[in-house]
Amino acid sequence: MARRGPLVGEFFMNGDIACAEGGISAGCRFFAGYPITPATEVAERMAARLPEVGGTFIQMEDELGSMAAILGASWAGVKSMTSTSGPGFSLMMENLGLGIMLETPCVVANIQRAGPSTGLPTLTGQGDMMQARWGSHGPYSIIALCPSSPQECYYLTIKAFNLSEQYRLPVLVMADEIVGHMSEKVVIPPPEDIPLTPRRQPTTPPGEYVPFQPDEDLVPPMANAGDGYRFHVTGLTHDERGYPVMTAAAQDKLVRRLIDKIEVNKADIIEIEEDGTEDADVIVCSYGISARVSQYAVELARGEGIKVGMLRLITVWPFPEERIRQLARQTKTFIVPEINSGQIVLEVERCAGGKAETLLLPHMGGSAHRPETILEAIRSAVK
Amino acid sequence: MNDDGSEQTQEMDQYLREDRMPHIWCPGCGIGSVLHCFLSALVKTDIDADKVCVVSGIGCTGRAAGYVHLDSFHTTHGRAIPFATGLKLANPELQVVVFSGDGDLVAIGGNHLIHAARRNIDMTIICVNNFNYGMTGGQLGPTTPLDARTATSPSGNYERPFNIPYLAAASGATYVARWTSMHVRRLEQTINEALLKRGFKFIEVIAPCPTVYGRMNRQPTGMDQMRYYQENSVIQHGADPKDVDIDLNGKIIVGKFIDIDLPTYSDLQLRVEQKAFGPEESKGEAVKKKAATAASKSK
Repeated sequence: MARRGPLVGEFFMNGDIACAEGGISAGCRFFAGYPITPATEVAERMAARLPEVGGTFIQMEDELGSMAAILGASWAGVKSMTSTSGPGFSLMMENLGLGIMLETPCVVANIQRAGPSTGLPTLTGQGDMMQARWGSHGPYSIIALCPSSPQECYYLTIKAFNLSEQYRLPVLVMADEIVGHMSEKVVIPPPEDIPLTPRRQPTTPPGEYVPFQPDEDLVPPMANAGDGYRFHVTGLTHDERGYPVMTAAAQDKLVRRLIDKIEVNKADIIEIEEDGTEDADVIVCSYGISARVSQYAVELARGEGIKVGMLRLITVWPFPEERIRQLARQTKTFIVPEINSGQIVLEVERCAGGKAETLLLPHMGGSAHRPETILEAIRSAVK
Repeated sequence: MNDDGSEQTQEMDQYLREDRMPHIWCPGCGIGSVLHCFLSALVKTDIDADKVCVVSGIGCTGRAAGYVHLDSFHTTHGRAIPFATGLKLANPELQVVVFSGDGDLVAIGGNHLIHAARRNIDMTIICVNNFNYGMTGGQLGPTTPLDARTATSPSGNYERPFNIPYLAAASGATYVARWTSMHVRRLEQTINEALLKRGFKFIEVIAPCPTVYGRMNRQPTGMDQMRYYQENSVIQHGADPKDVDIDLNGKIIVGKFIDIDLPTYSDLQLRVEQKAFGPEESKGEAVKKKAATAASKSK
């Protein structure tokens, strides 16, 4: 068997495999995971591919361990990721919080299935969107990206790695079962055409290094274990030295920065896609597989002469609230199709602030919406 | 500062974060002695301290990571071992030591313990066993002897405890030893030996917790508990781990129980990679070379 190295060219692959290849292209060289439908193919691909590029794959005993292991690997200086679905995502919440507190770059891909609990393991859902935002205890900010195609699974996994290094936190790729299991053309560019964000190393020598002293953008440089910096990190509230401080003042300073480093850099993080929103009477706002069904419904509605726009959320967290506020002043209705009982719609409604009507098209999971359902909602909205 | 007021320092002081003192441990607690043994054992190797990582979970013993002047990680409850697994496998050059308590490693982290032992991941586990959850005020733990009183077994414990060396050995640990915090020289020697050996090495250290455990069980001071260790410890190297249960106020069998050589996780990974990809310089070979460099000899 020959080692293949990073792939280059055009491929026919599913979203899970594209996600793994995105990791390889981004320089991920450590994967820890646990089998779970419909995310297993990400782990299987990594098990085959990482040895080919000099990386390490380990199948852990559970998702608690998987998440802990990728944090450890990241501190050893190696880009790391895991993949999972609902039940495993719930277990990862514990160490996701540790990753946020220790400001540890890494990537978690959640190929969502329908819940709650074991739910529909083989069928799609988008019910973990609020869990992605708030699932670990305590106040924090997070970055979550939503691919709508295998090509985007590839591209957004790379982007997730870049953002995780830039802002030092775990970044979530929130795909869904349909996107994960659909096969389409995926173009993988040559490595020199893929911009990668390197880890921000300390510029001060050991002894002078203050592990959590932030740069101007509120993100501190990160030393690797074994490089002689002899740092201490803790999940306890800590000062800039990384030492525990059990006061409200220390909590305020640290947690505000953990949140602000995302909030003040939102403009650099957020990616959305708009189509015909400028003069739209109604805007369909969606993400993941639901956005693709929505796009089709929008095109059908336009065929009937309806002025309808499409707003696709590629970055879901941090939420693109500025843009929704602007659009709320110029449109009458937002329609939000999502495969849950109403999660992202709450954000749209909050940002619309009563300036535009917000209409949820819920779906409890197991399949995507019918385009006709969305089309009918568009028609009703302009009546 | 020493008792006589002098400022004489010891060689191991370089590995302590003196700016974190005083520590949080109670008078009579045994964790500080165990940390001392670990650091003095480390001093007596020629392991590059810059390559040593100390990983702790949560609890009184979990605070140890915060007091060592080494790369150190105070992680989540029970997850020190999988965190350490990521560190070690991502950079095999690192010497990874997990320093945590019995509740952390054996109850909430029990699943990770048995699987890391099964995989024979190259790391040293120092498990301080004080028979209860000290930090939360003395509740029963997975090691609390039958009949012992704790905050959640006020009339006596009716849960059978784990015999930790037996658990570690049965799970595949290639080095298993037990001492009490009274056996400082032997403990130091054992940690030294473990640091210089490759594989999953597990050292249990029985330690006093007078404040919340001893007080409930007629050993209200650290000295009472040390006296109990002195009178009841039986050194029995090579004892069958299945026979080293600890009863309330009973004998404590200590010594080195298991010391065998088996291929580590990384060794077996390398073997499979070479089979799959041929003999060219694989990542696995680099791993082995690095590990050989890291596993230095004793001074």
